[in-house]
Amino acid sequence: MSQRPGRAAAGAFAGAALVAAPLVALIAIAMGGDTATLRHVASTVLPHALAETALLLAGVAIVAGVAGVGTAWLVSAYRFPGRLILQAALVLPLAVPPYIAAYTYVEVLDPLGPVQSAFRALTGYRSRAEYGWPDIRSLPGAIIVMSAVLYPYVYLTTRALFSVQSANLLDVARTLGARPSRIFVTVALPLARPAVALGLSLVLLEALNDIGATEYLGVRTLTVSIYTTWINRGSLAGAAQIACVMLLVVVMLLVLEARARGARGYAGSLKRPRPAAPALLSGWQGWAATFACTVPLTAGFLIPAVYLLHQATVRTLRRGIDPDFLRELVASLTFAAVATLLVVALGAWVAVSVRLCGTRLVRAAARITALGYAVPGTVLAVGLLSPLAAVDNVVADSWRALTGVSPGLVLTGSGAAVVIAYMVRFVGIASGGVETGLSRISMRIDDAARTLGRRPVQLTREIHLPLARPALLSAALMVFVDAMKELPATLLLRPLNVDTLATGLYAHASRGSFEDGALAALAIVVVGLVPVVALMRQSPGTPPVEAAAVDPAAGVRAAGR
Amino acid sequence: MTVCIRPRWRLRALASGFALMATPALAAEVNVYTSREPQLIRPVFEAFSKATGIKVNAVFLQNGLEERVKAEGQNSPADLIILVDAAKLAGAVELGITQPVRNVGLEAAVPANLRDPAGHWFATTLRSRVVYASKDRVKQDAITYEDLADPKWKGRVCIRSGQHPYNVSLFAAVVARHGAEKAGDWLTRLRANLAKRPSGGDRDVAKDILAGVCDIGVGNTYYLGLLRNDPDPGQRAWGDAVKLLDSRFAGGGTHVNVSGAAVARHAPHRAEAIQLLVFMTSDAGQKVLADLNYEYPVRPGISAGTQALFGPIQPDTLSLADIARARRTASELVDRTGFDN
Repeated sequence: MSQRPGRAAAGAFAGAALVAAPLVALIAIAMGGDTATLRHVASTVLPHALAETALLLAGVAIVAGVAGVGTAWLVSAYRFPGRLILQAALVLPLAVPPYIAAYTYVEVLDPLGPVQSAFRALTGYRSRAEYGWPDIRSLPGAIIVMSAVLYPYVYLTTRALFSVQSANLLDVARTLGARPSRIFVTVALPLARPAVALGLSLVLLEALNDIGATEYLGVRTLTVSIYTTWINRGSLAGAAQIACVMLLVVVMLLVLEARARGARGYAGSLKRPRPAAPALLSGWQGWAATFACTVPLTAGFLIPAVYLLHQATVRTLRRGIDPDFLRELVASLTFAAVATLLVVALGAWVAVSVRLCGTRLVRAAARITALGYAVPGTVLAVGLLSPLAAVDNVVADSWRALTGVSPGLVLTGSGAAVVIAYMVRFVGIASGGVETGLSRISMRIDDAARTLGRRPVQLTREIHLPLARPALLSAALMVFVDAMKELPATLLLRPLNVDTLATGLYAHASRGSFEDGALAALAIVVVGLVPVVALMRQSPGTPPVEAAAVDPAAGVRAAGR
Repeated sequence: MTVCIRPRWRLRALASGFALMATPALAAEVNVYTSREPQLIRPVFEAFSKATGIKVNAVFLQNGLEERVKAEGQNSPADLIILVDAAKLAGAVELGITQPVRNVGLEAAVPANLRDPAGHWFATTLRSRVVYASKDRVKQDAITYEDLADPKWKGRVCIRSGQHPYNVSLFAAVVARHGAEKAGDWLTRLRANLAKRPSGGDRDVAKDILAGVCDIGVGNTYYLGLLRNDPDPGQRAWGDAVKLLDSRFAGGGTHVNVSGAAVARHAPHRAEAIQLLVFMTSDAGQKVLADLNYEYPVRPGISAGTQALFGPIQPDTLSLADIARARRTASELVDRTGFDN
């Protein structure tokens, strides 16, 4: 349909090439080893690791799913005390990285922590051995910690859908005399299925690829096996093989999910839907709703934030502000800001090229951009090493041949490598988000513009980008939060003398004094709050923005199509 | 006026920009890639810079440090590579990212069994992995690693993940001493003694002992040192409630591992790297390093605080190279015995 499909499609191919580079490098590493490691893993830990992984994912899916969908339904369908505040605040746990939550919960709940100490003081027990107490360092503990910080993905996607799509249908059901609980089960929930699936797929990818929280809490997932193979058996090839197998499984699941969903229709009205009027919950019912919404918020945000604030205050009063703190803060903000600009630009380019030139090939290329999110961060970072270093060495060698002076390493020596890693990891979030945003603009507008003589570039500049602005903004905010939290790629690829909040915190944690990094952890959470608050401020009355807030899921969904 | 000044400013900025770009090759500095946590070595770097005027640039890399140096190849800025664990140091040599150093001072400072025979790496500190015990509930003051599997400890032992590199090295020492089969049997029996599934870190092991979850546990001296010197009196009290048992192999000594340093193969500042290495193994450097880490100096006769806190150690005679070779087997045994499950 475009006059120059080749040029219009370039964005999708550029994005795909960027994300594919480390994945191809990873496959090359995997091919370089024998299969002894794979066989060892298959014959020893695999059954257990598979079971553990499945239980973790199932548990997180259920807990995060219930918390996300439940709270989304409550704040969308009812009015109750504190609803407006809760509606916004329920997103806050998104700012807390899972590993920070895990460390916090172990500190708060371990036998010497405040909770058990208070329990002993109250009951007169003297030692932990005298009473039973569920251990946070366990599979159920990991499920709760992960769900507490990850449920907002489901909440965001589902609430967007509840507020946009089901208003009319809900009213029909209501007029026909259905009770609210019945409406939820028979109308709202089935309609919300795509949104729930989107949110959950993000939650599950995060849980699957996590290493910090799960390992610390004593859960042995497949990702932990990848790690062990590499670190203890010195077999990077073996680790890459397991990672490739896992990637394959993830892609298959995403495809299956998309197929299953694709078989049904979930047509919504193109017109701006009339917002549903929430019903009033009065008396104890209202307070019960308030309570139900407060629980996940407390678990995912208030407890970690209060703990970190306390630790940061105590330490700052005792020793003053860590001199590294400000430098780390500046580095984190710089990396995140630069990466966000580039990621959103690239993501928009990918999305626009799909819009202008939606052939199968272009769509397939666009889907590849979402895979950066589907591999464990450390593995992705190692995959990035060889392509980055190859560029570095070609530049350095040619420059030296020309001038006789070594310029050093332009990518890994400058921090550009970190930014590129963020682009690989997060471009799917942006492209998916913008694609969703663009899909709400009728194709007829494109046709009209083209008839009026606009070239594709003008069409994009004058129509697509302005109309998709809310989606671009939301994508930028999400990428920014994720970039602030990112640890493994930053740790491996940053230049000399540079630390971010996340790497500084990790340094503290890895020598067993996580609390010394409380200020850094708090800063990650607080900086993460800014975009989260900005996301919340967008009122539910503006559907495109709301829907765009769900963008990361859209990116992942695109991977499965 | 301003019109005239501006271009000159610009020129000057440009010139200084070039000067900045050029400085790395000229000024005395040394680039360190370290998998040792920066807070634990930075004071040594600062002392070094003060003594020599050489600036130390460092980056803390953990997993993947070796792969990064390898990938950067001959243009890598890395001069000195600091790694934890003898097996890691041996792996770096194997990967071809180190170079041999012949230096009489270094060879005198680091005993022969704590450095690579060809001079590729030199140990900078010794750490011992020992048994923590509750002062109240455990009367004995010594234990053998073999005894950890004794049924009398059933339900009384805590330990972090068997796949943590520290434990893999300890288990590798068992493999090297007793063979894979007996080591596997020992692991199975040790597993049967555990009070809870392996998780957390060494400090959590100490805390679990304090809390009465278990009576003994395995950890490095570092974490107990940290607890005993915590500014918070509550933490200090906890630290004092746990004691270190004199832990040895039956008929041998205490399991130790090393942190060590190697000069990178393509080090652009080779001379400075060697200078830093010499400084780290000097009496002054050793004292700072050992005190920061609650570890032991590489040679006796240096009065570090660690001995004052925990007493001297007698390292096991098993060679670090033998332990390194047994690591893979040990790690596979952990999987095979379902130690972490």
